[in-house]
Amino acid sequence: MSFAVAVAQSPHGQVNSRLANREPVWVRWTLITLALLFLTGFLVMPLAVVFSQAFSKGWSVYVSALIEPNALAAIRLTLLVAAITVPLNLVFGLSAAWSIAKFNFSGKSLLITLIDLPFSVSPVVSGLIYVLMFGLQGWFGGWLAEHDIKLIFAVPGIVMATIFVTFPFVARELIPLMQAQGTDEEEAAIVLGASGWQTFWRVTLPNIKWGLLYGVILSNARAMGEFGAVSVVSGHIRGLTNTIPLHVEILYNEYNSAAAFAVASLLALLALVTLALKSFLEWRLHSSVAEQE
Amino acid sequence: MNLSRKHSVLPGFNLAMGFTLLYLSLIVLIPLSATFIKSASLGWGGFWQVITTPRVLASYKLTFSAALIGAGINTVFGLLIAWVLVRYEFFGKKVIDAIVDLPFALPTAVAGISLATIYSTKGWIGQLFVPLGIKIAYTPLGVVVALTFIGLPFVVRTVQPVLEEFEVELEEAAASLGATRLQTFSRVIFPTVWPALLTGFALAFARAVGEYGSVIFIAGNIPMVSEITPLLIITKLEQYDYAGATALASSMLIVSFVLLLTINLLQWWGQHRHAKR
Repeated sequence: MSFAVAVAQSPHGQVNSRLANREPVWVRWTLITLALLFLTGFLVMPLAVVFSQAFSKGWSVYVSALIEPNALAAIRLTLLVAAITVPLNLVFGLSAAWSIAKFNFSGKSLLITLIDLPFSVSPVVSGLIYVLMFGLQGWFGGWLAEHDIKLIFAVPGIVMATIFVTFPFVARELIPLMQAQGTDEEEAAIVLGASGWQTFWRVTLPNIKWGLLYGVILSNARAMGEFGAVSVVSGHIRGLTNTIPLHVEILYNEYNSAAAFAVASLLALLALVTLALKSFLEWRLHSSVAEQE
Repeated sequence: MNLSRKHSVLPGFNLAMGFTLLYLSLIVLIPLSATFIKSASLGWGGFWQVITTPRVLASYKLTFSAALIGAGINTVFGLLIAWVLVRYEFFGKKVIDAIVDLPFALPTAVAGISLATIYSTKGWIGQLFVPLGIKIAYTPLGVVVALTFIGLPFVVRTVQPVLEEFEVELEEAAASLGATRLQTFSRVIFPTVWPALLTGFALAFARAVGEYGSVIFIAGNIPMVSEITPLLIITKLEQYDYAGATALASSMLIVSFVLLLTINLLQWWGQHRHAKR
């Protein structure tokens, strides 16, 4: 899971001019064409079909699919879930990266592996584990029912499942970044009399802001788009526990294809904005790393 | 875990580490253990019985073989795409480079409905295969398409940096010693890229095995034919068969952990090889 690896770009422009390392022109163009064909069939067309289907029945159908009360409720819920989960995982990412990158202790690599764990768990299982904890049949199910608290098939369950699937994003961006930056600057600040919080706000945070934003953007995209995990815990109650992706599923299964793709186009736009911001941040990260070197 | 640390002037270790461990335990470790403890209550016999019914076995077979094929396709085309992006100049390269990450950014449900639309018999690509008598959407082939989509960025993004760091002098040396371009590629470049390629394959495979959202719309979901294991977990849940769902989930978790371990070993091996050079 390699969100971070694309940051480095090395200047290999001069390579292409050297004859010894050059494929014949026809080989080059065959390879480029094959790559582009594959990307067209698997990436460009899926993106294009979202918009072509969304507008297939005209602008008014598109707009009415978006302003219909259940769609608005789904949009509100998705925004609410992202507004809760992203800040929580941001605080977690900062504290995990602070303890892992700035201090030495044994068991560090085990801790890093455990933080990455949610990425290797199937989304469906990520939702199921909370049903087993808090659902009616679950460990705390009886107690919760007695006190009339509903977590599963309700908003808190959706929030928990989303926290789980977006758990590692901020931490895994920050840990390598802060490890590379070392502790010299913070130590200097402390020795000069700054308090711990002053050091964090004025020294550490400015150094990691681009990496932090990168993690936040990725975690937000996943939080708003998660389907499998949320589907297990949501209960699919229209207007109440449907997020945007679940609303898309319902519309699509009702053969209301134009409306389904209209709502899906919001998520496709979110993906495009995410990719654009991601490229921008990779460029910023790269140039800030280059400055430090 | 031994949390004793060497002396440091920086403050906040106890607070940050305390919060990290608390949050990690509450969100990840306790719920995951709950699944194993719950499925242990089935007993070994009961657990085995659930995960070896013909329908479950058919779903394993489909899930793993489709994930394997998808990851295999991604290995070939991922290497090709990474090569083209690193070595060649062409119009729109920056946009192509950014769009490779689309499967990470596009919600899986959206990917699912658009792939189903494109690869159905009336879709942009699906109709091209109708004269050949091949149906893609709503067959196991559709599952392969979805899992190829979802794993695409992994191979590209693990191979790309290795190709970028590759020392061109080695290629020049091979060429000046009389190697053909193909020999240089297979004997000099490929051995360097190989660990990254294998890691990318494993990452794509691991992601594909658990994938749900992009698959269920294009698969057709016919029991014994095109029903993936994660869907079967949901089916069991909807039938209030919690024990069955839990047993299936545990079996998938074990597979995930084995894959995670394999990937960590592969990455360690790749770095180790690099360090030796």
